[in-house]
Amino acid sequence: MLQEKGYIGTPRNRVDGRAKVTGEAKYAAEFDAPDLAYGIVVSSAIAKGRIASIDADAALAVPGVLQVFTHENRPRTAWFDINFRDETAPPGSPFRPLYDDKVVYSGQPVALVVAESFEIAAYAASLVRIAYEPETHMTDLDIQRDEAYVPPRKRTGVKRPPSPRGDPDGAFEQAPVKVHGEYRVAIEHHNPMETHASTVVYEEDGTLTIHDKTQGSQNSQSYVSSVFGLSSDQVRVISPFVGGAFGSGLRPQYQLFLAVMAALELKRSVRVVLTRDQMFTFGYRPLTIQTISLGANPDGKLVSIMHDAIQTTSPWEDYQEVVVNWSNLLYHCDNVKLTYRLSQVDTYTPIDMRAPGAALGVTAIETAMDELAYAAGIDPVELRLRNYAEMDEADKKYFTSKELRACYQLGAERFGWARRNPEPRSMREGRELIGWGMASGVWEAIMQRVAARAALTPDDRLEVASATADIGTGTYTILTQIAAETLGLPMESVTTKIGDSSLPKSPVEGGSWTAASAGSAVQKACLSVREQLFKYARRMDDSPLANASIEQVTFAGGRIHMTNDPSAGVTLQQAMQAGGVDRVEAEEKSSMGLLKNMRYSGYSHSAIFAEVRVDEELGVVRVTRIVNAVAAGTILNPKTARSQILGGVVFGIGMALEEESMLDHNLGRFMNHNLAEYHVPVNADVYDIDVIFVSEHEERLNPLGVKGLGEIGVIGTAAAIGNAIYHATGKRIRDYPITIDKLLG
Amino acid sequence: MNASRKGSSKLETVPVTLTVNGETKRLEVLPWTILLDLLRDHLKLSGTKKGCDHGQCGACTVLVDGRRLNSCMAFAVMKDGAQITTVEGLARNGDLHPLQQAFIDHDAFQCGYCTPGQICSGVGLIEEGRAHTRDEIREYMSGNICRCGAYTNIVDAIEQVIGADAEAGR
Repeated sequence: MLQEKGYIGTPRNRVDGRAKVTGEAKYAAEFDAPDLAYGIVVSSAIAKGRIASIDADAALAVPGVLQVFTHENRPRTAWFDINFRDETAPPGSPFRPLYDDKVVYSGQPVALVVAESFEIAAYAASLVRIAYEPETHMTDLDIQRDEAYVPPRKRTGVKRPPSPRGDPDGAFEQAPVKVHGEYRVAIEHHNPMETHASTVVYEEDGTLTIHDKTQGSQNSQSYVSSVFGLSSDQVRVISPFVGGAFGSGLRPQYQLFLAVMAALELKRSVRVVLTRDQMFTFGYRPLTIQTISLGANPDGKLVSIMHDAIQTTSPWEDYQEVVVNWSNLLYHCDNVKLTYRLSQVDTYTPIDMRAPGAALGVTAIETAMDELAYAAGIDPVELRLRNYAEMDEADKKYFTSKELRACYQLGAERFGWARRNPEPRSMREGRELIGWGMASGVWEAIMQRVAARAALTPDDRLEVASATADIGTGTYTILTQIAAETLGLPMESVTTKIGDSSLPKSPVEGGSWTAASAGSAVQKACLSVREQLFKYARRMDDSPLANASIEQVTFAGGRIHMTNDPSAGVTLQQAMQAGGVDRVEAEEKSSMGLLKNMRYSGYSHSAIFAEVRVDEELGVVRVTRIVNAVAAGTILNPKTARSQILGGVVFGIGMALEEESMLDHNLGRFMNHNLAEYHVPVNADVYDIDVIFVSEHEERLNPLGVKGLGEIGVIGTAAAIGNAIYHATGKRIRDYPITIDKLLG
Repeated sequence: MNASRKGSSKLETVPVTLTVNGETKRLEVLPWTILLDLLRDHLKLSGTKKGCDHGQCGACTVLVDGRRLNSCMAFAVMKDGAQITTVEGLARNGDLHPLQQAFIDHDAFQCGYCTPGQICSGVGLIEEGRAHTRDEIREYMSGNICRCGAYTNIVDAIEQVIGADAEAGR
C-alpha cells in the first residue's frame, strides 16, 4: 500500500536519482543544438596592465575557425554598471568581459576563439598571440592590510558588525584569563565537479534558449537581457541539473557573457565551457586575517570579546560577508567589539562560498575558545555552556528556537567525550598521536520571497513549479514530498519543475534558504489547490462533505474524506468534475513569517566533535571520526538532509587540512590551479561521519519549521579538527589549512 | 579580422572504430580528439563527465575492455578497436545495474556530476575483486573526487554490492 500521508520528515530516495545514475541528467554543456559552435576562452597571462596587441591571424587561418572575439571587435553592450549588476552583486562596478584593453587580474578572459568543433577551437586558441604592457600589481594582503577600510556601501543581505557595547578594551585589560591571537584561513576555490559552462541555443526566430550553470536561472536571464539589450521574452535560461556550485553559480560568470555574445554575433548556437584551470579565474573565498582577544574570569565566563577581520576584495567591487558577528551570537558577553574591513588586491572579486563568512569567523572564534578552555582549565564543552547566549545580544532579540545545548549534550554522548583526558598528547596508538576536539556552529535561518505554482490535472497528476534550483541539495525531492503530502497523493504522481527562468519567480538558490522559502511557497500553492478542490467537493450533489469544514477532512489516496469517517468522501476527480474544471491551479508566494516583524532572530546551530590521528614523525593527519549534532528545525527528508551535513563536514575537512589556493605574488596568479595541486578531500581522507539531527520545535520562521542545512555542516568543522590536532600534538596552529609543514615546523 | 571566415582546406582526420555499449561506431576524427570528447560531443553520450580534463578527478571514468580508465587521458585513436562501456550501457532492458540502484538507495550522490564516473569506477573495482574491506574500497575509489562529499555513502553502496555478490557466490 502506498502511504500518501507522512512524506514530510521521512527518509526518501532522490526523485532525480535515476536520471543521475544512468547519465540521463543533462548539465549545461550537454544540451545539443543544430550547428553548434564551440568557444574556447583565452586567459590573460599578466595580473595588471594593458593589452598592447593581439595577433589572431594564425588562429583565424585554421580551417573551421569562425571568429576570434577580443575587445577590439566585440559587439556593443550596455553602457551602465547597473546593466551588469546581477541580483547578488556587491556594491561597485561589475567586471565586463572583453570590455577594453585593460587587464585587471591574472586569468582574465581576453579572447574567445569560436570554431566548428571543440578540437579546432582548442587548437586555434593556442595560436592566439597577445602582447602585454604590464603594470605593477598587488595581490599580497599582508602588505595591503594597512590599507584596510570599512566598506562605505553595505552589501544587500549582509549585516554589518553591530556597534561596540560596554568597555571591551578595558575589560580585556583587567581580565584574569586572556587569549589573544591572529587566525587565518587560506583562500579557497569552490571547484564544483562540473566546470562553468553555457550552451546558448540560437533559435530560428532569433531568441535565445540558454543552458547555463547557475544557481539562479532568472538571475542569468535578467543579466543577459540587460547586458545585451534584449527583452525578457527573447531569453530563456534552463538549468535542470547543476553539477555542484557551492556559491560559484550565484553570479553569472564570464562564460555566459561570452557564449551569448558569440551566438548573437554569429547568429548560431554556441557552447563555452571553462577548463578546470579557468575555474580559478573568477570568484573565491577571500583570504581573511582575523584577530581575536578574549578576556574571561577564572570560571571561564567571558568579560570581553574583540574580533576583527580583514578580507580581500577586488579593486572594482566591495565584496562583503558576515565574518565576526557570530562570536557574540554564540556567546554571552557585555563588552563586545566586532570589526570588519576590506582591502583591495588585484584579483577577481571574491564570491560567496558555502557558509560565506561563518565558515571563516566561526573557525577563528571556536579555535580561540579552545585556547580559552586550556587557559582557564575548563572542559571545552563546559566552557561553551557557561557562556551560552540566550538571546541575540546585538539585536536584543530572542531566538525563534535554539537547541544548541542539546547538540552539545547528544554530540558529546555519541562521541564519548566524557572519557576525554584534557591533557595534550595523552593518547597514542603506535606512531600516531590521537586527539579529540570540538567546536560549535551557527548559521542564519533566512527566508526569501519565492513564488510557486501547483496544478492538478484529471489524471491525478500534480505539477509544482518554481524557478529555484537543485544544485545537489535535494530541492526536487523535498518539494515533491511537500506537494504529495499536502494533497494526499503518492510522490510518483507529482512532477516538480525547477531551474527554468520561465517558471514562477525565485531568487538564486543559496544561503540555506531554499528548503524553507521554496518549500513554503509550494506548500502554500498546494493548500490553495486543496481549498479549491474542497469547495468543489462540498458543492457536489449529495456531497458527504457538504456540512464539513476543511479542518474536518483529510486528503489521502486521491480522495477527500471525513477525518473521522474515511468512507465518507469523494475523489479529487469527482470534485474537479463537480467544479466543471479539468485543471486546478494556484500560484502563491512564501511569506516572510514573523521574522519580517523583526521580533525574533532565526539561526541553526551545531556541535561538532572530531577525532584525529597524527603521525608524529610524518605529520600526516587523519580525521578518523566526526560527530556532528545539528539543530535546524524540521528535517524534511532525513536521508538527503544527512547527505547535506556529510558534504558540509567533508568541506570542513578540506578547510582544516587541505584546501589552499596559493598566490604567487610576483606573478599575481594562483599557482595551483588544478585538482592535483589544489587538494580537496578524496574518499581515502574521509572516515566515519555521524550525523545527529537534534529535535527542535520551530514555528516562527515558516509553517514548515525549516531552517535550512546547506551551510551548517561546514561551520565549526575545521575548528573542531584544529582543536583535536592541538589535543593530539600540543601544537596550536592558527593558520588553516593545517598542513604537514606547519605541524612539523 | 573578418567575421565568419572559414579556412580553405579541411583539416585531416583519421578513422576510429569503437564498440560503445555494444554498438560498433566508425568515426572520422581529428587526430588529437580525446576519447572523452568523442563520447560526449561526437556520440552525444554525455553521461560521461568532464571534470578536469587532466586525469585528476575521475569524472570521466569509463570501462575500456573491462578496465577502469580516465577517458580524458586517452586520444580516441589510441583506443581504436576497443570495447567501451559508459554509464549509459550499465542498465539492461531498463533494469538498473545493482550498483546504480545501490547508489540511489544509499544517497551516494548529491549534484550527480561525478556519479557516472563513480559508478563506472565502482563497477570496475567490483570486477577487479580486490576490495574486501571499507578501507580498501576507500583507497581504490580515491581516483574519483566527489566535491559534494558523498564518500561514506559511496562506500556503503559499493560495500553492499560486493557483499551481495559474495553471498551469491559470484
